[in-house]
Amino acid sequence: MLDIKKTLENETLTLALKGRLDTTTAPQLETQLKEHMARIKHLVLDFAELEYISSAGLRVLLAGQKVMQKQGSMKVTHVNEVIAEIFEITGFNEILTVE
Amino acid sequence: MKELTIEATVDNIAAVTDFVNAQLEEMDCPMKAQFQISVAIDELFGNIAHYAYAPETGCATVRVETQQNPPAAVITFVDRGRPYNPLAKADPDTTLQAEHRQIGGLGIFLVKKTMDDMSYEYRDGQNILRIKKNL
Repeated sequence: MLDIKKTLENETLTLALKGRLDTTTAPQLETQLKEHMARIKHLVLDFAELEYISSAGLRVLLAGQKVMQKQGSMKVTHVNEVIAEIFEITGFNEILTVE
Repeated sequence: MKELTIEATVDNIAAVTDFVNAQLEEMDCPMKAQFQISVAIDELFGNIAHYAYAPETGCATVRVETQQNPPAAVITFVDRGRPYNPLAKADPDTTLQAEHRQIGGLGIFLVKKTMDDMSYEYRDGQNILRIKKNL
C-alpha cells in the first residue's frame, strides 16, 4: 500500500510517500512523476512515512533522477534506517541527493 | 512451521507479505528485520511471479520456520517453474553513475546483503530458495 501526497509550489513538486514502495506500488509513483516532471524544476521526495523500498522502487527513483538532474534537482528526505541501508548497499546514496 | 500455497502473481505479493508478517509478529521480530524480510519477499516472490511460469501461471509455496538460539526466521520459496538459480548471477556494479545504472540483478543483491544466509537448490522439479534472517 502506498499513499502519495502532492504539494506543488512554484516549480517545486513535493511528493510525501506513506507505506511501501515495491513491485505493487512503484507504478503509482511512476505515474505521478510522468504527469508532473515536464513542468517542474525541483522534485522533493519525502520518505518520512515510507517503511521500505525494493528494487522496483529504486528503478523509479533512478528514472526520476536521470530526468531531474538535467532540468533541475531531485532530493530524497527523511529516510529511515532500513531505506538508508538499502541506498548504501546499492550505491544509490552516491546517485541520489539524500538529506 | 506454517506455509501458504498461492498463485504466483504480482497481485499476491501483499498477501504473502501479510502471511509472513503474521508469523514474524508472533516471534517479536524487530521492525527493521521485518521490513528487510518484506523487501526480500517483494524481490523473490516477485521474481517467481514474473518469470517462473511465464507466459503461463502457476503456484508457489512460502514456508516460514523459526529457530531458537540464536533466534532466526527461515523463509522458503518453492515453485515448479523453469529451473532458475538467482544466486548464480554476478553481482551488479553499484559504483556506476546514474546514466549507466541498470536495475537488473539489484533486487537479488539487496536480499543477499540484508539476509544472513541464502541458499538455492533444484530438486524434484522444484526451485527451492531459502533465506535466513537472525533476529
